[in-house]
Amino acid sequence: MSATAGRAVVAEWTKIRSVRSTAWTLLLALVLSVGLGYALGRTFRDISGLSREQQEAFDPLYPTFYSLMLGQLALVAFAVLVVSSEYTSGTIRASLAAVPWRGRFYGAKVLAGTLVAAAAALVTVTATFYAAQAGLGPRAVSLGGDRVVFAAVGACFYLTLICVIAMGVAAMLRSSALSLAILLPLLFLGSQGLGNVPKVKTVTQYLPDQAGMVLMHLTGPADDPRFGPEYGQWGAVGILVLWTAAALVGGYLVLRRRDA
Amino acid sequence: MPVWPIHFRRHGDDFRGLTTIGPVLSVGRVIEVCELSKRYGPTVAVDGLSFTVRPGQVTGFLGPNGAGKSTTMRMILDLDRPSGGQVLIDGVRYRDLSEPLRHVGSLLEAKAVHGGRSAYHHLLWLAQTNGIPGARVRKVLDLVGLEGVARRRAGGFSLGMTQRLGLAAALLGDPPVLLLDEPLNGLDPEGIQWLRNLLRDLAREGRTVLLSSHLMSEMALSAEHLVVIARGRLLADTTVSDFIEANSSSYVRVVTPEPERMRDVLTAAGIRLTDGPDGSLHAYGAGAVRIGELASADDLTVHEVSTQSASLEEAFMSLTGDVLDYRTEGGQR
Repeated sequence: MSATAGRAVVAEWTKIRSVRSTAWTLLLALVLSVGLGYALGRTFRDISGLSREQQEAFDPLYPTFYSLMLGQLALVAFAVLVVSSEYTSGTIRASLAAVPWRGRFYGAKVLAGTLVAAAAALVTVTATFYAAQAGLGPRAVSLGGDRVVFAAVGACFYLTLICVIAMGVAAMLRSSALSLAILLPLLFLGSQGLGNVPKVKTVTQYLPDQAGMVLMHLTGPADDPRFGPEYGQWGAVGILVLWTAAALVGGYLVLRRRDA
Repeated sequence: MPVWPIHFRRHGDDFRGLTTIGPVLSVGRVIEVCELSKRYGPTVAVDGLSFTVRPGQVTGFLGPNGAGKSTTMRMILDLDRPSGGQVLIDGVRYRDLSEPLRHVGSLLEAKAVHGGRSAYHHLLWLAQTNGIPGARVRKVLDLVGLEGVARRRAGGFSLGMTQRLGLAAALLGDPPVLLLDEPLNGLDPEGIQWLRNLLRDLAREGRTVLLSSHLMSEMALSAEHLVVIARGRLLADTTVSDFIEANSSSYVRVVTPEPERMRDVLTAAGIRLTDGPDGSLHAYGAGAVRIGELASADDLTVHEVSTQSASLEEAFMSLTGDVLDYRTEGGQR
């Protein structure tokens, strides 16, 4: 990375840390995920009320990471604001006058936002994991073994990429309200079960949040065609990467073409 | 990174120890606008505009609202893509300047600041993009008189304070070229005086200063050179005094109890006359002395003989009037 590009990243980091919305959205993501994670863990501590079949199929990872589907909404709000506040405040002109190469400006902004999102995701996922295990008590799993570690890493990966997607979408739409109005229902409805409605599922299973749920083991028993999508965990990684690439390219094309 | 000499300069109270972070340029930069055009669909905002802004003086960029001033300034900064033509700053496109804030400082719209960010942090990130030392942020905050509110959120600033913050941002890189779009808006009379002096001092150091306004009266006091546009076209590119002379017809106002006789005498001497609104006569093509002599030679009673010169505002109106009329009739925009 050239010195100029490095400076642009540092400047974007200054922008991110110098507005209050950053702290508020990231804190909200943490509180929602940890709080709901603990509550869900408590709920599943005693599963004697469930049928024998359900008890056998019970996966402690389900209550562990489910709360992230709520917490992600605050993370997405953070990511949208990183980009769209340039347009709502008019700062974009000062930004592009200071860094006239739009690719460099965009890359620096997305990189700084992604690093912050990744750090926030790591903290949120770790805290949520331990909060949920505290709630689960005797049914808790330890952060070891391929399956659990893969799910935790997958959760960090998903939360980071959903933020990158949000930044790309915000760069395309150049409006906080419009970006959130599209992203939040998409993520919320998806996780509320659109992915399990038979006809709709053939399409919605490829939405990014569905891929994220596969990564975090939130789609029900493995290999059960009634629930989860038709792809596995590596398929989910691929789907997320494709969505991210599409959003980033779309955002760049709009930024490059439009007058500031 | 080269170590530039630091100059502490004092230009009276108006120039509170602005330190330069680059070399002081004895010769500033030239802005060349060449055949610049901007169309939005069928609407032409800027139409084949060419002019040159030279260093060492304040150049006023004047035109009525909607004339294309802001669009032109955005194209100079590569923010808007021209439909045709180009802008060169010392022979280079803006986007090809390395560390552009050290070459060109700009103030576009004042409210281009995130309301949740402090003045200090707004300037800090700008400085970081161009490798400008952090100490310079404090210097420009001092210079524009915002040192006391540096940590306050810019959203709570008055329009005048926001303008000062925008100026601080423009001066951050100690640039040889300054582009200021309506910078006097929102400043109190004291602030306007301060900014005029500051810009004059900066120009005197050899910098290139382009200052836009839709108010002619501002330009009369702020600028030495004028670039006048209307409907995206160049109307004049001249000094302020030449502009007034060329576009104002000064006349002699004559008040007399015997207007009919006076009219005969002056017309016979080849002086063109029109009727003033208050019953006075307006005489063109002769000075007050000659008119006084003619009147006294014929024993005419005269109550007033005074030279009237059109103000800059009137000159501006007379120049842009045709263009504005055409716009109204054409029903465009």
